[in-house]
Amino acid sequence: MAELITYREAVARAIAQEMRRDDDVYFIGEDIAAAGGVFKATKGLLDEFGPDRVRDTPISEEAILGAAMGASMTGLRPIAEIMFSDFLATCWDIVSVEMAKTQYMTDGQVSLPLVIRTANGGGLRFGAQHSQAVENWAMMIPGLKVVAPSNPHDVIGLFAAAVRDDNPVMFFEQKSLYPTKGMVEDGEIVEELGTATIRRSGTDVTVVALASMVSRAEEAADELAEQGISAEVIDLRSLVPLDTRTVIESVVKTSRLVTVEENPRLCGWGAEVVSIVAEECIWHIDGPLTRITTPHVPLPSSDTLEDEVLPSVQRIVDGCIKAVS
Amino acid sequence: MVEARLPAPPSEDLLDIEDKTRLELYRQVVRLRRFEERAYRLFMDGLVKGTSHLSLGMEAIAAGVGTAMRADDYTFCTYRGHAHTLARGVPMEGVMAELLGRETGVCGGKGGSMHLTSVEHGVMGSYAIIGAHLPIANGAAWSAKARGTDQVTAAFFGDGATNIGAFHEALNLAKVWELPIVFVCENNLWMEYTPISSVTAVEHPAADRASAYGMESIVIDGNDPDIVYDHAVRAFDKARSGGGPSLIEAMTYRHGGHSRADPGTYRPEEEVEAWLARDPLNYRDRLLAVGIDESEIATIEDETDAAVDHATEVAKAASPPPLEAAFTNVWADGGWSWRN
Repeated sequence: MAELITYREAVARAIAQEMRRDDDVYFIGEDIAAAGGVFKATKGLLDEFGPDRVRDTPISEEAILGAAMGASMTGLRPIAEIMFSDFLATCWDIVSVEMAKTQYMTDGQVSLPLVIRTANGGGLRFGAQHSQAVENWAMMIPGLKVVAPSNPHDVIGLFAAAVRDDNPVMFFEQKSLYPTKGMVEDGEIVEELGTATIRRSGTDVTVVALASMVSRAEEAADELAEQGISAEVIDLRSLVPLDTRTVIESVVKTSRLVTVEENPRLCGWGAEVVSIVAEECIWHIDGPLTRITTPHVPLPSSDTLEDEVLPSVQRIVDGCIKAVS
Repeated sequence: MVEARLPAPPSEDLLDIEDKTRLELYRQVVRLRRFEERAYRLFMDGLVKGTSHLSLGMEAIAAGVGTAMRADDYTFCTYRGHAHTLARGVPMEGVMAELLGRETGVCGGKGGSMHLTSVEHGVMGSYAIIGAHLPIANGAAWSAKARGTDQVTAAFFGDGATNIGAFHEALNLAKVWELPIVFVCENNLWMEYTPISSVTAVEHPAADRASAYGMESIVIDGNDPDIVYDHAVRAFDKARSGGGPSLIEAMTYRHGGHSRADPGTYRPEEEVEAWLARDPLNYRDRLLAVGIDESEIATIEDETDAAVDHATEVAKAASPPPLEAAFTNVWADGGWSWRN
């Protein structure tokens, strides 16, 4: 059996699945318990697991992530929520300098089985300080794993994999996806980090996307099909580990590559994908390696302006036409 | 010189501490002193590379707290963490080898002076970003409470850490969650090269903030091993029995500079002299005064010297880490591969 659920409901189901399975899993964050989360993505967890395991914190991001880190080093498998990914900047020391390096600098004396969940990205007209897509911040730090699901099934499966991983995992939930729906089968769902999925097969151009950009890439593929262009859409699902095998196999088949990133242009994850393709299979490429990104600007608040800068279906279509021409 | 910050002279009334414990405290102080004197010499000889931050003159704090701890308790140190690591019983050989960047170091040569860690001795790491380890130490205390053990966590930090946000976030959460943790501020009056008093709104940078977080204000003479030990025992007992966190501000002084070869000449001469006169090694006189035999004391000193010599020779003779070690333990599986 399967049911149609929202991305938001998938978050609560994912956390519950892992907390039922393992008593060492604890969940902390701002407004996550009694209030059920500002996006209502954690509703019902306090009732099921109680205030010791589902715990509200002060607005103290360093204290939240520090607690998660120290607990993960001493026997728990904590989940910590950072309400908006923009707020990671207030605790980036704990993420990038403490969590990411401690495994290494202690020569493996400790492991850090913890997950940081956070609402990421634009589309909700929240303006420049509550809309950033920052997954590439995390991608450039050795020692972190970085996940960004595009649909309810993957929210559950990838989250389960993140909780069971013995490393710090950054789990970026795209906040504009919370109300979107998808079919999810009954029972336990566990996926594997570092595995991209081919959302749609095609032969003319490979379109690599992540999180909210996946459905836009699929829409673009529909339009391209009407123009006689067959696009293959890949959902990367995680940036670290990165499934380069699936990307390269597809590019070898289609000879064209377009990446679709929500993050601003400079040093976005698409640049890494393009450089890998350029280095490892340039002789199979027949058109310009093309990146569709948000331009290098902060996100504006006005809906008219935000829609102008986020990658649109039309820009993806245009990018694919350029790549195949 | 900042007169107000000199702690009162040790009381004539001796604390009720057993001779056996006093000998252990003295052994700790001597061990930390002699080890770090050697580490400084090895730094000046170019064998300890990078940087090094010594606790010379401040040993009574690590010694007193370390002696009060149980084997399964947790310690979180700063980059000035040689003393606190050794005070949990971590062998000198592994610490010295780590300072020298050798394969046999406690972190395989990948941590260095600022990141000493020995999980098997409860030393959960030394963190080199000011204040960052305080919220992390809370996590270990939270975990102990959640797992239903009665382990207690000690978090050491300098006066300079008291003006960073992580300190305040950590104290608040520790109290709100009533965590079994003891925060120990080593107030050596100098942040790095700047007097803490010149950049802090209150006289006692840690203790004067305690009331803001529902904790008792405690200022002690951090150069007296008996006093440190006595306060540590009380704070650990309180935490272990569910009484929540404590914050202790221990007044002390660096005999040397902030780091590396810094001679610390920016400090007033009379201030340095006043504190040199309060050397934690004066504890030797206390042992004699309570009737401990000179020969027992001398034995500790001789054994320690021999141990430092031995650790130095063993560390010097050890191999550098194998090159492949640069690519291990990025992940919990030991690997570093980020792609397939």
